[in-house]
Amino acid sequence: MIPVTVNGTPLTVPPGTTVAAAVMRIQPAFRRSVTGESRGPLCGMGICMECRVTLNGHPHERSCQLLCAAGMEITTP
Amino acid sequence: MTRTLVIGGGPAGLAAAWAAAQSGQAVTLLDDNPALGGQIWRGDIPARYRRFLDPRITVQTGVQIHSASQLPPADRIILATGTRELFLPFPGWTLPHVLGAGGLQALVKGGLPIAGKRVVVAGSGPLLLAVAAYLRRRGAKILLVAEQAPYPRIAAFTRGLWRHPAKLLEAAQLGFGLRYRPDSWPLRADPGSVTLQGHGVLRCDYLACGFGLVVNTELPELLGCRVENGRVLTDADQRTTVPHIFFAGAGSVDRSLLEGQIAGFGPERGRALHAARAAAVAFDRCIDIAFALRSELLSLTTPETIVCRCEDVPFGAIWPHRDWRSAKLQTRCGMGPCQGRICGPALAHLCGWPAASVRPPIFPTRLENLLDLRD
Amino acid sequence: MTTDVLIAGAGIVGAALAAAFRAEGGKCLVVEPDLVGGGATAAGMGHVVVMDDSPAQLALTAYSRRLWDNLDLPPNVEREHRGTLWVAADAEEMAEVARKHALFPASEILDERALYAAEPELRPGLAGGLLVPGDSVLYAPCAAAWLLRLTPIRYAAIAELTPDGARLSDGTTVSAGLTILACGAGITRLLPQLPIKPRKGHLAITDRYPGFLHHQLVELGYLKSAHGHSAESVAFNVQPRSTGQILIGSSRQYGDESPDIRPELLSRMLRRAVDYMPRLKDLQVIRTWTGFRAATPDSLPLIGPVTDRLWVAAGHEGLGITTSLGTAALLLDRLLGDPPAIPPEPYLPDRFA
Repeated sequence: MIPVTVNGTPLTVPPGTTVAAAVMRIQPAFRRSVTGESRGPLCGMGICMECRVTLNGHPHERSCQLLCAAGMEITTP
Repeated sequence: MTRTLVIGGGPAGLAAAWAAAQSGQAVTLLDDNPALGGQIWRGDIPARYRRFLDPRITVQTGVQIHSASQLPPADRIILATGTRELFLPFPGWTLPHVLGAGGLQALVKGGLPIAGKRVVVAGSGPLLLAVAAYLRRRGAKILLVAEQAPYPRIAAFTRGLWRHPAKLLEAAQLGFGLRYRPDSWPLRADPGSVTLQGHGVLRCDYLACGFGLVVNTELPELLGCRVENGRVLTDADQRTTVPHIFFAGAGSVDRSLLEGQIAGFGPERGRALHAARAAAVAFDRCIDIAFALRSELLSLTTPETIVCRCEDVPFGAIWPHRDWRSAKLQTRCGMGPCQGRICGPALAHLCGWPAASVRPPIFPTRLENLLDLRD
Repeated sequence: MTTDVLIAGAGIVGAALAAAFRAEGGKCLVVEPDLVGGGATAAGMGHVVVMDDSPAQLALTAYSRRLWDNLDLPPNVEREHRGTLWVAADAEEMAEVARKHALFPASEILDERALYAAEPELRPGLAGGLLVPGDSVLYAPCAAAWLLRLTPIRYAAIAELTPDGARLSDGTTVSAGLTILACGAGITRLLPQLPIKPRKGHLAITDRYPGFLHHQLVELGYLKSAHGHSAESVAFNVQPRSTGQILIGSSRQYGDESPDIRPELLSRMLRRAVDYMPRLKDLQVIRTWTGFRAATPDSLPLIGPVTDRLWVAAGHEGLGITTSLGTAALLLDRLLGDPPAIPPEPYLPDRFA
């Protein structure tokens, strides 16, 4: 199992889990839209950009296209 | 030795890479996903197709291509960039519990627990059934599969399936025990529920919807291949309007596999598969007719409905413009990081506007990846 | 059809002309083959900036900036008074800072420390800079649409100029008391004798990073690297948009009339930006594009008559957004016989005759 944190909450996920799936285990919403709406993943294939999160301090990473790695810090606004 | 570059590792790309390797070409296969198999298989390639993973193929996954000049040198390029889902905007489609049908499936394949969750699958096309069956196998409670196509068209299509026993069996297996309802589509979504035409309100954890498929034409277009009406133009050998570039895929799995092999083998050996491809194309056409989108769906999008999710632009701000470029310049619609991939096809459907031109980077990318491009 | 003034081009210059002439009660018609603000207006950075390559450039940009400040623009024009920060890399460029400081009212010299306080993301080792607080940024396509909101637009090209107006590509004939061509680099299709050449530029824009950048930053080497007339050059020029996005420029080249991105030049431009601001390399670029400036041999626009009834307002190169309002005011004064606010002679087209 792989340990990550989502907004500081520790979580372990099986190998092969995408960052998006890890976030969805904790909460449905990923980002605030430009007018402040809560948004979550739509396409699941790296196209719609709704699943962007801040990963280890880097904003705007597409969480559905990335696999969880040990120690990842995932944050959403 | 002919150097063949295959871009896209879904059914068409895998078949193309295998066929090219079989005929003695030096093959490199690139894919931007973490694993091969495309959106449909996602690393879980069915046993009968694993032979496509020929050890002679050089495979690179997780590769992002930003501009044409980044491609490794090749004598032939086979593009198998696949499809994405068509989303039609309706009130509430931006809520977090509303996902693409393929999107929810991809997330579940990526480790999202779905057991015990109440899911409504809605929209159009054979993919809905496949997604519903998959989610049910993983423990989801499928409340309903709402198909917008009218009952008579679905019935006629199903009757026609006797000519394709394998497909009939597949459909029967997928659909067994599922509540499948034609003439139904999402009218609106609210937190924790969906209102469906002809059905009323259903409380659900997820609404998974998709209204058909859109071809990913961005890379072909950037490489100069002619695209018309959302399709990459190809000849009988899957050759695009650029002589050394081929395109395969963008239909059903059967058709994608055949197109991939024809492109991979090259004109001579590929010719043997033309008849089989013609049959697959004909079957796809039956699907297109059966699941054509009804005009009522055009009125789902209200003036307040957000169409551009990146920039939160409502339909009422967009439709008065002359074309998509004007709407883009004046409202920011399509100017966000998805680069119009979601709102563009929706507006093609709602307003008849053709897609705008493609510029690098094909996908948003860190600036450092653009520091050493060559002409 | 008939009109008092026929304006060719719905870019920022044509829009400014239409707004000025309408305000004086004139009947205007704008003809545009493409979109409102769809050419260089959309492609550029929307920087309202005072520049001093020549006294005439300083006069026109300073006058125009005042006119912009007098306008009460709607929110979608996204105007922000960010101020321009001219970045000096070394002592030689600090001398240029001192020279500019004397010319630009209310400008402020920044030493090394003040420079990093103003823009912490700049690379260490720079000498300082000049802050020009009155400069602003705006989103020009919406500014053009706003200026044109009361003017009729006919979507057609000018097929042919006639003695009293023009014949349009849709077959219409327009007779006008005065025709003004404000069609940027495309003007030479109608008046091939004008010394205007397209000068291509590249830009890139990032996703949203609010707070990363505070001012419009331009390297002072800009004068050396970009305003020279060499075939191809890049300069560090970045701008914070009100969305939090960062707009990154700039490149200049002659002789390439294809709208395609030139990947090598784009990379060169981005490397220049990263050289000044290293952390830019971590930001996501979402789009790149090109556009064409209408360049003249002396870097000043052509504003004035070609004949009594045919005037031009073109050749604004990279300053069309800034100088559009000054251009319109000069031509309106000429039409009304009013004394102009600045001497119009340096911009008259017949200087090249």
